[in-house]
Amino acid sequence: MKRSVFPLIVAAVLFSLPGCKPGKQDVAADTAPVKTDTGGSAAGDFGPPQGEPVNAVLTSPPLVPPATGRTAPAKVIVELEVKEVEMEISEGVKYTFWTFGGTVPGSFIRVRQGDTVEFHLKNHPDNKMPHNIDLHAVTGPGGGAASSFTAPGHQSQFTFKALNAGLFVYHCATAPVGMHVANGMYGLILVEPPQGMPKVDREYYVMQGDFYTVGKYREKGMQAFDMQKAIDENPTYVLFNGSEGALLGDKALKLNVGETVRLYVGNGGPNLVSSFHIIGEIFDKVYTEGGTHYQENVQTTLIPAGGSSIVEYKAEVPGTGVIVDHSIFRAFNKGALGMVKTEGPENKAIYSGKEVDSVYLGDKAVSSAPVSAAATATAGGVLTLDQQIKAGEALFNGTCSVCHQSSGAGIPNVFPPLAKSDFLNADKNRAIHIVLNGLNGPVTVNGNKFDSVMPPMSQLNDDEVANIVTFVLNSWGNKGGTVTAAEVAKVRKETPRPQGAAH
Amino acid sequence: MRRLILLSCLISTASLAGGAYVRVPAGEFQSVLKYEDNKGKQKVAAFDMMKQPVTNAQFLEFVRTNPQWQRGKTPVVFAEQKHYLSHWQAPLVLGTNVKPQQPVTQVSWFAASAYCEAQGARLPTWNEWEYTAAADPKRRDARNDPAWRESILGWYAKPASTPIADVGKKPANIYGIQDLNGLIWEWTEDYSAMLVSADNRNQSDPDKSKFCGASALSMEDKESYAVMMRVAMLSSLEAVNSTSNLGFRCAKSLPRTQTRSP
Repeated sequence: MKRSVFPLIVAAVLFSLPGCKPGKQDVAADTAPVKTDTGGSAAGDFGPPQGEPVNAVLTSPPLVPPATGRTAPAKVIVELEVKEVEMEISEGVKYTFWTFGGTVPGSFIRVRQGDTVEFHLKNHPDNKMPHNIDLHAVTGPGGGAASSFTAPGHQSQFTFKALNAGLFVYHCATAPVGMHVANGMYGLILVEPPQGMPKVDREYYVMQGDFYTVGKYREKGMQAFDMQKAIDENPTYVLFNGSEGALLGDKALKLNVGETVRLYVGNGGPNLVSSFHIIGEIFDKVYTEGGTHYQENVQTTLIPAGGSSIVEYKAEVPGTGVIVDHSIFRAFNKGALGMVKTEGPENKAIYSGKEVDSVYLGDKAVSSAPVSAAATATAGGVLTLDQQIKAGEALFNGTCSVCHQSSGAGIPNVFPPLAKSDFLNADKNRAIHIVLNGLNGPVTVNGNKFDSVMPPMSQLNDDEVANIVTFVLNSWGNKGGTVTAAEVAKVRKETPRPQGAAH
Repeated sequence: MRRLILLSCLISTASLAGGAYVRVPAGEFQSVLKYEDNKGKQKVAAFDMMKQPVTNAQFLEFVRTNPQWQRGKTPVVFAEQKHYLSHWQAPLVLGTNVKPQQPVTQVSWFAASAYCEAQGARLPTWNEWEYTAAADPKRRDARNDPAWRESILGWYAKPASTPIADVGKKPANIYGIQDLNGLIWEWTEDYSAMLVSADNRNQSDPDKSKFCGASALSMEDKESYAVMMRVAMLSSLEAVNSTSNLGFRCAKSLPRTQTRSP
């Protein structure tokens, strides 16, 4: 081996010199030659398999089989069964998935570079469709697809040598390919480099996919595949590991502070490219596109459809990292959310947690003292009307006066007045409702029509809303009155907020 | 004893009724398959086709009178021993889980052909089958109607483990033929000549060794994919194969004088 690798290194260095920028060249010349090239498939054949054939350990997501631990090429037997199964794609939403091994993504396969893989594809007798498999780790026409076309109740076999190391996608390639992939027929096969992957404390398997259903997002019941949406590349769901909630709650990935984790991340597609990101983490290493070399200190990595990435990081602080596709509407409106829960002692030197939570008023700065005073009084159960008005005024100037003006006069034809407002004085509960939920569409105030949009202010707590409305009712010639936090709480409870709205 | 005779009479009448043929008039249509030697419309001569797929009861009658097609007696080159009629309780007993009026499945192409031959018939060609299945109750070609396509896809979305319905439960198409779509896969006489690549991404560069002959085919992907999946299914089969969702019906050519267009 050594003999064949050395000329490659020399060749690589020679080739790389002309391409280097002058400044970099000096640096390179000063350091020992760096091995930049593994030799690819040409250097991936370590000879015939040795020893008894080994049965590959297959795991369901999010688990990853143990390292092969082998130092010589082996014959590895992989038996993968295709099953068409009805499963939940979201709570109360069923979908018929076509799977490799009964899960989406399919079973994780792990072999070593140079291994000879004898692949058995079994199509369960209860299945309706013929299927096959294209493994991107295969060097050969169709990646095995033409050799593995299998009718229900049958199995086929083909053999390949894993010449290239890396993390590869496999998928079904039976007509119509897009539909088979969209129904969940993909997974990952890791071809370890000869020396194995560097040791880490934990490894997990995550794979993104986009799904197309006739019904809307979260529409309950059995949902059928929608070919037109798939052609339009307009997914109903974008998911990690095949269902909304596959990596949430109890099923979150688990870690301890101080541990290093490696995620084998794939993207089955069929259409979307993933902007893979974990909120609150920075990847120490990313083996871009599942290849040999790693980039360091990465926030978001791009994973093509039919491609992969290996990401690693050390968990420094406890808490929940949120796995997302940072094409962010997919995360919050199509289901592309997962979690990594890290347990262990806090480290305030690295992350303090929330230290200050105060009102920021920008150039509208007024004293927030009355707000604090009202809060203290509320806690003591002795809140007076005067305190409420004072606190409400401070909050009004911070939150409401930009549009409604400090004078409460509003802006003609744009923002309705609150001063001497018939609309306001007519219904106290409606006023609370509007603060909490916003107002969209035409209203008539003091005989003038307004057709504008007020966003919901539901980030304000019940006390704050009560104080603001009380202040408004007792200002600028309005009729007076008091609003209590309990009244606000009642309105808040009675009005379901639209899905995904700020809370 | 008398009751038994009466019962068997009933069964044979029922099976005769189910085995009835319906005339399908001649016509032209655009197949989802693209023939190298004929990219235009396919002509289909008038023929007779079974109103419904062959049922378990009918096939049971056939193997009674043709013992060489009973499970366990059929040579392995004509039917896979592991699958052929494996869902029946015994070679001549359907058993409690298999209903007489369900379409027969787990039959090889050879067995299906033999059944039709015994009737003085044959399996329909793919063109005849596709031509007839393009119809809905009101139109001879309903394929542009998304509802037609959805009805096929709805069946694909149901796992095959759900029990197969009895034949004749759905409305007949304009020719008076039932269950072409949405019940089972069906053998065609020339299924093995369809030669669709196992890997349909090869369409533009077919493997010549596999695609030699005049009928090298490729398929239109987009609108016809519902039909294409049936082609893909048939392409995956050997003539000895059988699956739990694969059955058949028979067809008959008309005497020559009747096939000529007036």
